[in-house]
Amino acid sequence: MLAGAVVLWLFVNGAFYFMSRIRPGRFDQTYAPHILIGGGIILPVVILSALLVWGLGILTDPRRPGDGLVVRVTGEQWWWRVEYWPEGATEPIISANEIRLPAGQRAEIHLTSDKVIHSFWIPALGGKMDMFPGRDTMISLAPEKVGTYRGQCAEFCGASHAWMAFSAVVMEPEAFDSWLEAEAEDAVEPAGDAALRGRQVFLSEGCGACHAVRGTEAVGQVGPDLTHVGSRQTLGAGRMALTLEDLTTWISHSEALKPEVKMPAYDLAPDRLDDLARYLEGLK
Amino acid sequence: MTRSSGLPQPEGPYPPTEEMLAEPVPRDLQRDQAERLRRVWATPKGLRYVTAVNNSEVGKWYCLTALVFMLLAGVMALIIRLQLALPENDLVSADRFNQLFTMHGSAMMFLFAVPMFEAVSILLLPGMLGARDMPFPRLSAFGYWCFLIGGVFVIGSIFFDVAPRAGWFMYPPLATEDEGPGSDIWLLGLSFIEVASIAAAVELIVGTLKCRPPGMRINLMPLYAWYVLVVGGMILFAFPPLIAGDFLFELERSFDWPFFDPTRGGDPMLWQHLFWIFGHPEVYIIFLPSIAIAAMVIPTVARRPIYGYSWIVLSAVGTGFLSFGLWVHHMFTTGLPSISLGFFSAASEAVVIPTGIQIFAFLATLMVGRVKMTLPMLWISGALAIFTMGGLTGVMLALAPFDFQAHDTYFIVAHLHYTLFGGMVFPVIAGVYYFFPFIQKKLLSERLGKWSFWLTFSGFNLCFLPMHLTGLWGMPRRVYTYPSGLGWDWLNLISTVGAFVIAAGFLLFVWDLIRPKHRQPQIPRNPWEAGTLEWSHDIPEEAWGVRSIPHVTSRYPLWDQPEMVARIDAGRYYLPDAEEGRRETLITSVIDAEPVQVQRVTGPTWITLWAAAFTGGAFIFPTFHWYPPAIVCAVLAIGCIIGWLWTSTARPPEADSKDVGLGLRLPTYAAGPASVGWWAMWITMLGDATAFASLVFGFFFYWTASADFPPDGAAHPLALLTLLASLGFVLSWALTIGARRLNRSGRRGAARGCLVLAPLAAAGAATALVASVLHLDPTSHVYPAILWALAIWIAVHAGAGILMQLYCLAGSVFGKLTPRHDADIWNVSLFWHFVTIAALVTCAVLGLMPGAL
Repeated sequence: MLAGAVVLWLFVNGAFYFMSRIRPGRFDQTYAPHILIGGGIILPVVILSALLVWGLGILTDPRRPGDGLVVRVTGEQWWWRVEYWPEGATEPIISANEIRLPAGQRAEIHLTSDKVIHSFWIPALGGKMDMFPGRDTMISLAPEKVGTYRGQCAEFCGASHAWMAFSAVVMEPEAFDSWLEAEAEDAVEPAGDAALRGRQVFLSEGCGACHAVRGTEAVGQVGPDLTHVGSRQTLGAGRMALTLEDLTTWISHSEALKPEVKMPAYDLAPDRLDDLARYLEGLK
Repeated sequence: MTRSSGLPQPEGPYPPTEEMLAEPVPRDLQRDQAERLRRVWATPKGLRYVTAVNNSEVGKWYCLTALVFMLLAGVMALIIRLQLALPENDLVSADRFNQLFTMHGSAMMFLFAVPMFEAVSILLLPGMLGARDMPFPRLSAFGYWCFLIGGVFVIGSIFFDVAPRAGWFMYPPLATEDEGPGSDIWLLGLSFIEVASIAAAVELIVGTLKCRPPGMRINLMPLYAWYVLVVGGMILFAFPPLIAGDFLFELERSFDWPFFDPTRGGDPMLWQHLFWIFGHPEVYIIFLPSIAIAAMVIPTVARRPIYGYSWIVLSAVGTGFLSFGLWVHHMFTTGLPSISLGFFSAASEAVVIPTGIQIFAFLATLMVGRVKMTLPMLWISGALAIFTMGGLTGVMLALAPFDFQAHDTYFIVAHLHYTLFGGMVFPVIAGVYYFFPFIQKKLLSERLGKWSFWLTFSGFNLCFLPMHLTGLWGMPRRVYTYPSGLGWDWLNLISTVGAFVIAAGFLLFVWDLIRPKHRQPQIPRNPWEAGTLEWSHDIPEEAWGVRSIPHVTSRYPLWDQPEMVARIDAGRYYLPDAEEGRRETLITSVIDAEPVQVQRVTGPTWITLWAAAFTGGAFIFPTFHWYPPAIVCAVLAIGCIIGWLWTSTARPPEADSKDVGLGLRLPTYAAGPASVGWWAMWITMLGDATAFASLVFGFFFYWTASADFPPDGAAHPLALLTLLASLGFVLSWALTIGARRLNRSGRRGAARGCLVLAPLAAAGAATALVASVLHLDPTSHVYPAILWALAIWIAVHAGAGILMQLYCLAGSVFGKLTPRHDADIWNVSLFWHFVTIAALVTCAVLGLMPGAL
């Protein structure tokens, strides 16, 4: 398509250059209808018909039915609420801001939104599909190669649209199954004193009002589920890496890092902040 | 069909013979005539300069204002590019950035591209058509002042940090939920400008159809006029859906009527449809006038008539039609069925064909002509290079599978800038270089022009060519910043450098435009040796347009009728004089351009300024929810407009006919289909009907797209009242038509009686219609909301219709409307035809649909 475009561009512009610069003199009048009908009608009709047949031929339905796994993704401002519904599941496995898929299988991604329009896009795995409040759309993806791909919101959705991304992790099917099993579990117990103190900070600062950590009294549903946040690759919906350092930066500067985000920046004493980060990082 | 009004018909020889034209005009007479014309058409001086309504003045202001808005929007683009030059840059905040890109797009589209077409056309069209002025000069002036007030208001919001920030297509719910006045500024400010745009379109269409010189049959018109006709028609059908959308949107913002709120049955997709039904034709509304400029430049450069005139006209019309069938390709990723994707892919590809024909017709013209390269042609060549590139990426994007990837990325940003720079900016600059001698009687600098061209051209490609890659590598549009390490950094840096090179090119161009030129000699009369009528302009400049209106028998009269310019100057042709001290232009028939009437056109006035200022108040105050001053302004605006119409339009003339030269006598008054006012009303009402149809479309869209429409157990409008309303509207309509007939047959008392009863019937009908929905709560669900919206739409139109009926009544009482001079009531009847049909449709929807649903 690109080569064709270059050839056509050179042809049309070359003809113009030739007529106006190289041979500005008068041509025979009889050429004119050939140019007009040949160039203006026959050429585009032939090329476009061929292109259309080919283009619509490769237009596979982005909504082909999947092999069983259903992932429900809800766009929020500005993060992704993720639910896994394996075949036959009666209740979902809740996660956020990261989507894992088994290689070699077609998964259905069901999309919706809480408030404004977003668009779900993993460039390496497929096209875009918009996410509407009050309406379900669907795209199915069949990734082949194991690896991590970047996904992001493609429809302008407000102040921090730029920071609404996620990682899509494609795993071997067996690895995926065991990961999903682990993801369904409650949060692990904090390992070490610092992490234990961190859990206390988490609960006493009221983080649980918005975030859920299953197995604790934190059951908030406003923000991302943090039960296994430590096992994710990114923080703040693709905003930063999931390291201790970035965790402390995020908690203390969330509003600067992600304009108009609902989560306030927490001004905690350095040791408490550090404990909290250790606790979260340990939630594998 | 209708009884003759007793007005005189054209009398005398037509067309003029060669002997008549060859007869010299006495010198003294020439001098006296010129003196009288000069006095009548004199442009006001000093402070009163702003009261001018002449197309040459209004057109100039219009162009300069659009240029200033364009430069401001360009500066916004530079800030955007600076912010994106480096990853994680914090030059501007996310909020500020979002305001900037929203305003950049909105301003370029609504304050530059479309107004620029109208500005250029108002400035040039009368010259090309050998007309003294546009048919409604005060309407142009009113449109201009609305544009200026609305534009300053909208673009000024960015300086107060309250600009709209949801992107130039304002998708709900993001835009409806947005806090602060940004969205209201967009909706009300731009609706105001859209109304002015439609007014200008009406005037341009009527001007093209009715103000051509005698003999210029419709197939002899300059191509530019054809494009004006096509584009004017597109504006008429494309803008109203957006205005209807704005109406619903603002009702949601101000009164919480849930048109786009999915929790109460609304649907954000309705906005997307209405917006793109406007938005895609908009692209061609911008692009076709630029082709029109090329169609004027190319024959001059090739020094021969355009090849394939009819092909070009047909293609332009075809492009206009097809452009209304493509809107869904902006919505390929919304989860539409594959059949829609296939259909709209094919339709989007098909539009290439008429575009291709136009380009190849130009190529053929250059081929068979003897090309003389000029600066305007250089810019046209640049336009072609850029536009074909944008067209080819457009062909790719029209294929749905490709669009799934490229949609909403920088690939789109690159594509749309290639089409708009190639299809608008470059041709318009070519037009400026070409027509500047016509406007200012001086040439622009060849050297600066070349520098400016090469800077702009290379800067453009430096900026936008890499963006294709940036987009294909996954960078979405409308991000205020981006993380580093994704391969986008260096591409963005290059684009930013390119943006500043473009800016340098533009600075040179603007400098060339505004630099003082009083030491420079005036140009010879036809510096490009062109063949069309505008180049017969007077040097030094005269405000009268043409000294006398020629009889035209060819597409390139200056090439084919060598005696013409001397005869125009001598006042040999039509309307060489202004004996009565009135501004006049000639009205001809639509197809064959036979002279039919002398139209008195309006002169300088303050009233258009006041009317625009109050109209502005009526739109601007609601932005801040200050309704009382808005209502006061609306009343004053209506008062001003009525005063303006009463004092200066369709006044019975002092004599029924006059000698226009060459032995021809023409009537000085026309009513009904013979008058320009009737045509303007007809065309305006087509646009109005389109807006109404968009609202009805909304009703059926909800019905088909949503399962709970109407919701279970919903209350319905009272059918009996809707029936009464429909009877009332029909009665009012019949009384209006009756009044027109009675008046013409001389029974003025009976006509006045009808005009007393008709407003009463209309008021009763409107009351019944509103009463039929009064018990419904429009905030509860979209079903009552859309019924309310329809009822309000009709009630407001009925209100306008009542004012018009009363205006005719007053006209009859005070002698403005007589059995012979009844243009007003013809126009009002026409308005009532449309309103009655819309009212009956509304009554049917309100009264009958609940049974069908």
